[in-house]
Amino acid sequence: MNSWIERQRHLIDFTLASLLRRKGRNLGLLTVYTLLVFVLASAMLYTHALRREATTILEGAPEIVLQRLVAGRHDLIPPGYVERIGRMRGVQEIRGRLWGYYYDSVVKANYTFMVPADGSVARGTIVVGPALARQRGLDPNTGISFRSYSGELFSFSVAAVLPQSSELASADLILINEDDFRAFFAYPSGHTTDIALSVANPAEVRNIAIKLSKLLPDSRPILREEMQRTYASLFDWREGIMLALLSASILAFAILAWEKASGLSADEKREIGILKAIGWETGDVIRMKLWEGGLISLTAFLLGFVGAYIHVFKFGAPLFAPVLKGWAVLYPHFTLMPVVDGLQLATLFFFTVFPYMAAVLVPIWRAAVTDPDAVMRS
Amino acid sequence: MIELRDVRKAFNQGQHNEYWALSGISLAIEAKQVTALRGPSGSGKTTLLTLIGCLARPTSGRVTLHGRDISGLPERFLTEIRRKTFGFVFQQFNLIKGLSAIENVMLPAYPTGRPHQELKRNAEALLEQLQLGHRRDARAEWLSGGEQQRVAIARALINDPEVLIADEPTANLDTALAKEFMAILESFGAEGRTVILTSHDPLVTESAVVARLVDMRDGKLVKS
Repeated sequence: MNSWIERQRHLIDFTLASLLRRKGRNLGLLTVYTLLVFVLASAMLYTHALRREATTILEGAPEIVLQRLVAGRHDLIPPGYVERIGRMRGVQEIRGRLWGYYYDSVVKANYTFMVPADGSVARGTIVVGPALARQRGLDPNTGISFRSYSGELFSFSVAAVLPQSSELASADLILINEDDFRAFFAYPSGHTTDIALSVANPAEVRNIAIKLSKLLPDSRPILREEMQRTYASLFDWREGIMLALLSASILAFAILAWEKASGLSADEKREIGILKAIGWETGDVIRMKLWEGGLISLTAFLLGFVGAYIHVFKFGAPLFAPVLKGWAVLYPHFTLMPVVDGLQLATLFFFTVFPYMAAVLVPIWRAAVTDPDAVMRS
Repeated sequence: MIELRDVRKAFNQGQHNEYWALSGISLAIEAKQVTALRGPSGSGKTTLLTLIGCLARPTSGRVTLHGRDISGLPERFLTEIRRKTFGFVFQQFNLIKGLSAIENVMLPAYPTGRPHQELKRNAEALLEQLQLGHRRDARAEWLSGGEQQRVAIARALINDPEVLIADEPTANLDTALAKEFMAILESFGAEGRTVILTSHDPLVTESAVVARLVDMRDGKLVKS
């Protein structure tokens, strides 16, 4: 056992010396390899974290949202709709919601105004999202005025700023009192934007949606799981677009790695011949080259992945965020929860380390099985 | 110690460029003496040396080492015999560039799994013995021809082999360096080591240290 360990130690020593002897070539390869893993891992980690964030946020959303449609467009819910739904088996709570969009010409951004269900915001005050607070320089107890669509100026005092943890969803959010909301948007009394329904049993959600469609044919039920799916496919699509854009560089790396790993130089072939002639077995030569390939690919994988982790979770992925996060004037400024998906990690490992090792192994095996007497004739 | 019986070796057998490098060699090589294979270029000296040193297998015939037939052994066993029994000094020295003299010396012992410290001590002692202790950390390509050869000799001796094999050891050396090699060869002769070498350099073949001279021509023995 000790002799086996010593043998591996010698092989690693020789491998490290070999790597250092071809410093330029190996450093170049390591840099490109690391960059590739970094880019792929950044895209994967960021998209996965965004998907996770969206899912976490939607967990607090109602199971069904009912919207009324007029000529295929979203319209206000007139009074009496909540009552028409009445008591439905499986539905825990039904409530009309009030929300709308507002364009702020000062910062050229859209805000979402919303009336909280618990009515916790007092008249004349608002609670603002963190991105908006940053953009407009708002703190609790400062004031702000908005000109309504009718041209009238409304002034509010900021009661609080929403916590940073919810920023992905609340960056541009303004929570407002119901009366202020109706006055500001000239919203007809008794009308609501949509209806939110809470359903305890997930198996019942689809049945309830079918019942709602029959009961209110002019309305459209939107399920939470559909929203989750939409978000997931949106981020998947963005990731796909990015990977497609990167495919050229991935291909370039694949060609470079294949060329570097599989093309044995005359010097390397000569070295293999010498090693075999002085008593190294074919297996020793292959093991040594595997250590070499393994050291390069694992170092690149670790450096690239750790770099991507820091890039995404420490610095918020400045290189890819504009593409992956989506367009908005008020970019949410949030810190993603660090999550690493084991399967994703394994996939990345498989598609970066494995092909490289294969590219290393094939030509070495071919060179290592040649007769050692060739070195006598060189 | 080593016996060859009707050994033949062909290259590219069965192809249009088939070439018989050895045609029916029968030879017995004694232990603890210096044997030289002499002959012009293309006479088959190096090919014979590769068969004796287990670097290649004969196309036909038998090679025995201490009475054991080694001509049909699989590659793995041949490698083990080669590592334990033979030390090689190649014509071009074949040191690995970029590695230091001492690293080159230690290379053949890596697959044995001997402890690193012990190996290093042995390599240092060999370099000292060959008056190269001061060049132990110099890279192979920085060494002179004579120094390279002495490193190659130290490398050949690191596994303490029974037989030292040298192919045209003075071919790349000037007269002064060739004489240095002969001095080393004499010390091996005095120690009773088995040395088998090829050469057509009179400095080697006519030296008193060579106990037996085997002449070759066209893949056959001329006199033994």
